[in-house]
Amino acid sequence: MVNSNYVYEGIKKAGINFIVSLPCINLNKLLTLVDEDKKITHMPVTREEEGIGICAGAYLAGKKVAILMQNSGLGNSVNGLTSLTELYKFPLVMIISHRGTEGEPIVGQVPMGIATPKILDSINIQHFNPCSTEECLDIVSNSWEKSLENELPVAILLEISYWTCK
Amino acid sequence: MKRYDAIKEIMKSIDDELIVCNIGFPSRELYAIKDRNENFYMIGSMGLVSSIGLGLAISQDKKVVVIDGDGSLLMNLGSIVTISKQKPKNLTWILLNNGAYGSTGNQDTYARYVDLFEIAKSSGLKSFEYENINLKEIINLDENTFINFKIDKGNNESVKIIPLSPIEIKNRFMKSVLK
Repeated sequence: MVNSNYVYEGIKKAGINFIVSLPCINLNKLLTLVDEDKKITHMPVTREEEGIGICAGAYLAGKKVAILMQNSGLGNSVNGLTSLTELYKFPLVMIISHRGTEGEPIVGQVPMGIATPKILDSINIQHFNPCSTEECLDIVSNSWEKSLENELPVAILLEISYWTCK
Repeated sequence: MKRYDAIKEIMKSIDDELIVCNIGFPSRELYAIKDRNENFYMIGSMGLVSSIGLGLAISQDKKVVVIDGDGSLLMNLGSIVTISKQKPKNLTWILLNNGAYGSTGNQDTYARYVDLFEIAKSSGLKSFEYENINLKEIINLDENTFINFKIDKGNNESVKIIPLSPIEIKNRFMKSVLK
């Protein structure tokens, strides 16, 4: 998972200093990097929508906030993302392991994998799916500014193919 | 005692603390009782009041008071676990527990049958029953606390919809957090 380093470097360049997370096997290395970074407050949460609320609170105190999650948790974040994040125009960076994409071995991941971009479109959240490490670094580095500009969350979808791309 | 009078009671112990207040009638009643820049009124996203309070408390030093409800807490029960682990010393979490979904027509919640105080306590939160404490003393403790405030169901139906926009609520609140 050497490609995790590019996501992490992007997080640092964006100035993100507060991260809530739920795990995915593909985020394992990234979660370790974030957890070991003393300049980032890292808070594991029990459910994605809970993390959306915590990020809103941390932003009220001036933090630059992000959530690390698997796309399967997008469904149970939608009300928080709309009725809290969108309503009050809270910025938020969402770094999402996009399962159910090409190469997925687990059939249970497929329905939500297909639904994920459509759900994001339906709530006007701009999303990116970087296909190279350089592109990923660039997108994540600019994600916080992009979220402020959009006055909406910004999502980076890391498909299964991302983790082995150049 | 109904919620409106309970919030009046709570406000007697509030000076410059930041308040994050639950969605619906609780926020409308708080607005009617004592509007202030340090009040964050939730307009949507039922259940997330304690999570907003946690993110806020852990990210700065001012004291934070969360006004939650039993129906809302049941919707985000995992928050008890997260807060009991994180334990921000400046967070006082008050549960206005009337066993009812007050803003939607006072339907019963399961809090009538399950003791949320015991759940909070057994999860490791320093927990109190409101009737046994002086709220100001608890807020002034340098500890994360949970307070179960048992009240009767019922809303003050005369309180108006909050006339502030969500952006106004956010901007004036952030100014008072960061000043």
